Amino acid sequence: MQVFASLLDALAFTPSRNAKLRLIGDYLRTTPDPARGYALAALTGALSFTGAKSAVIRGLVAERVDPDLFAMSYDYVGDLAETVALIWPERPRNAPPPTIDAVVDELSAASRAEVPKLLEAWLDVLDADGRWALLKLATGGLRVGVSARLAKVALADAFDKEAAEIEEIWHGLEPPYPTLFDWLEGKGPMPDPGVGAGFRPVMLANPLDEAAIDKLDPSAYRAEWKWDGVRVQAVSRNGEQRLYTRTGDDISGSFPDVVAGFDFNGVIDGELLVRGEGEPGIDGLVPVAAFSDLQKRLGRKRPSVKLQQSSPGMIRAYDMLFDGDEDVRGGPFDVRRTRLEAWGKAAPEVFDISPLVPFASWAELTEIRAGARADGIEGLMLKLGAAPYTAGRPQGPWFKWKRAPLTLDLVVMYAQRGHGRRSSYFSDYTFGAWTEEDALVPVGKAYSGFTDKELAALDKWVRANTTDRFGPVRQVAPGLVFEVAFDAAQRSTRHKSGVALRFPRIKRIRWDKPIEEADRLETVLALADG
Amino acid sequence: MARADQKFGWLELRPGGLYCAPADIYIDPGRGVPSAIITHGHADHARPGHGKVLATPETLAIMGVRYPADTPETQALAYGERITIGGVHIWLAPAGHVLGSAQVALEYGGERIVVSGDYKRRLDPTAVAFEVIKCDLFITEATFALPVFRHPPAEQEVQKLLTSIAQFPEQAHVLGVYGLGKCQRMLLLVREAGFEEPIYLHGALIKLTELYQSFGFDFGDVRPVAGTDKAELAKALIFAPPSAIQDKWSRRFQNPRTAVASGWMRVRARARQRGAELPLVISDHADWDELLMTCKETDAEEVWITHGREDALAHALIAAGQRARPLRIAGREEEAA
Repeated sequence: MQVFASLLDALAFTPSRNAKLRLIGDYLRTTPDPARGYALAALTGALSFTGAKSAVIRGLVAERVDPDLFAMSYDYVGDLAETVALIWPERPRNAPPPTIDAVVDELSAASRAEVPKLLEAWLDVLDADGRWALLKLATGGLRVGVSARLAKVALADAFDKEAAEIEEIWHGLEPPYPTLFDWLEGKGPMPDPGVGAGFRPVMLANPLDEAAIDKLDPSAYRAEWKWDGVRVQAVSRNGEQRLYTRTGDDISGSFPDVVAGFDFNGVIDGELLVRGEGEPGIDGLVPVAAFSDLQKRLGRKRPSVKLQQSSPGMIRAYDMLFDGDEDVRGGPFDVRRTRLEAWGKAAPEVFDISPLVPFASWAELTEIRAGARADGIEGLMLKLGAAPYTAGRPQGPWFKWKRAPLTLDLVVMYAQRGHGRRSSYFSDYTFGAWTEEDALVPVGKAYSGFTDKELAALDKWVRANTTDRFGPVRQVAPGLVFEVAFDAAQRSTRHKSGVALRFPRIKRIRWDKPIEEADRLETVLALADG
Repeated sequence: MARADQKFGWLELRPGGLYCAPADIYIDPGRGVPSAIITHGHADHARPGHGKVLATPETLAIMGVRYPADTPETQALAYGERITIGGVHIWLAPAGHVLGSAQVALEYGGERIVVSGDYKRRLDPTAVAFEVIKCDLFITEATFALPVFRHPPAEQEVQKLLTSIAQFPEQAHVLGVYGLGKCQRMLLLVREAGFEEPIYLHGALIKLTELYQSFGFDFGDVRPVAGTDKAELAKALIFAPPSAIQDKWSRRFQNPRTAVASGWMRVRARARQRGAELPLVISDHADWDELLMTCKETDAEEVWITHGREDALAHALIAAGQRARPLRIAGREEEAA
């Protein structure tokens, strides 16, 4: 447990992705089984214990610590697990600190009533970092800035495998993954993923280089709309139904209305959308609601019936990985497409099929793209008709061709320190638009789109124009305009301005532009309302 | 305001700081006064501009380095050496905080008061160990007076730094340390842990480190950052003031790992605020357990609590049966921890 605690501690403070990969990789290579297997399960979110709620932990600490001192401490530290880990007054026990496998085994086997006693005994024999790790592990949610995907990439890197190979077999595996580690260390065969409702690694597209488009043969490529939703994989096999994000996170629980409609056998690739109201959308398809409606649903682990009814989910299918039990990934796109369309004729109601966009030349497609401003469309996808379904982001077969971004001129309001290489620079900027009262209200935040040289100049400007400080954030006097590019503007109740920008990035720094000429909030809102 | 005929009335809190009326002398005053006793050299205790300064020889030397233009009349008092001013018997005792740090013991009218200054109870080869003095009134610091502050062994924390150096050998490691005390203690701790490479110092750390060397401390191969080739620094261990880590100064290092050695690193939110990737919980102050233990060991019937989280310590001491009250002195910075 102490070694795992050191890992979690290091991860929590390390912002760099590469450094995180190395920390996890080193741990997985050097830690024995089954401890490393349980650690991997914890990092990928594969463990959960029902009896270890925060109320249990509050109860334990209340028995040992003066309530006033605890309140003052909690107030200062701000996090329950951390406060308890630091304040816990150990009583001597004749026992060594537990191993992570003992913690997982015993917590899994314990009844709700037995959990407090177990935790209490472990808290007594661990140090502060160990207690913090234990409480994070037991209550779920490590929150050390590591996604399931990152942990798998680290595992693949550590043993010179491809992350896609791990993904392919992942869902057939159970902690502490003995067959997986045997295979990774060359002591056993690759585990069989079986025919379960596991996630299959997805195929991703590269951005299209418009300048080089004439080198591609238009007759070899198929075009589809690029939908502004969430890429998902719908799996229904042997009576088991699952909905995964493109990184393999299981979001079935957030979309029970969608999964309930998985009355088919196979694996479908598509876009998760929220059904809109009113006139049919482009090509006579079901209208699509704003991305913010989908975002609302993504945020709920257990959506209310009301929310499911007001924002019903659906899947717009565009590829097929398994047709029934048959793996069709090895075949060309055109064959998979024919199968998908045949399947679509009798597909369950939560699905529709994303249509192909016919075109004869790149010039024609360019025009189609320029005219595509309909709701829910981000641009076009180009897919090579002859290409198999290859996990990862292969160069060549798939391109995304987003429509030209929208731009606004916005005034810099706040700047925040970056991380890692950028930690001495103010590199994250919040910018705003003018309201009717001629005040600035923030509409977005961006930290990309400029060169290192421009960053140095921006940093200097921020330091020279600071009017207030809040921790790592500086408020600056209005005086600098950014031309901000973004994919869409959406109404949002979570933002003071009432609007949120999708994928904002800094297109140009307008050193020359007077702030009075920056855009007004009404302009931004008009973009949101289409 | 207390009166001289009241219990402990001969020591009072004035706007300038703690003041002993019969001796007409302040202790660690926050502004220039005619006559002051200085417990140790940190800037929030030792300020320039006094007429006369009474302190240990080490503290006087530190003040000389910090305030070269300041020339008060000085009186050096070795640990345990007694003087009498205005009928008040005064001596200094080791506080274990930094080189030369002292507690001030005062006796008058049959009462003994001890002013702790800043102190710790852990072993520190750069500071003489804290000495418990039985007294009637103990005036204690309270920098880390919350039960969440219990410092782990310093050796264990130093190991985190050495582990990172081994795990990320291609990266520079920049360690944030306060210039007086923490810097020199960390140099010795890192050397004791077996690190033999050169250690590079930010310019702000050099003069005080040289002063320690003149008192006989051996830090091995220490070199200034200034004037050193960038390539030589690319994989090196560098010490700098914590503020320099998030400052332009650190841009000379390619992609460094940043560590900070301070008691505040115990709390994650504070460590993140400082931009520390490697927070080392190493403090020159007493932690919660040491504060409680020390107050008890002095047998003081009353404890006054200065600078820090006074309320929590007062609450705990009262619960343990000691009289205690917060004493709010303005101008103390928690930064020097």
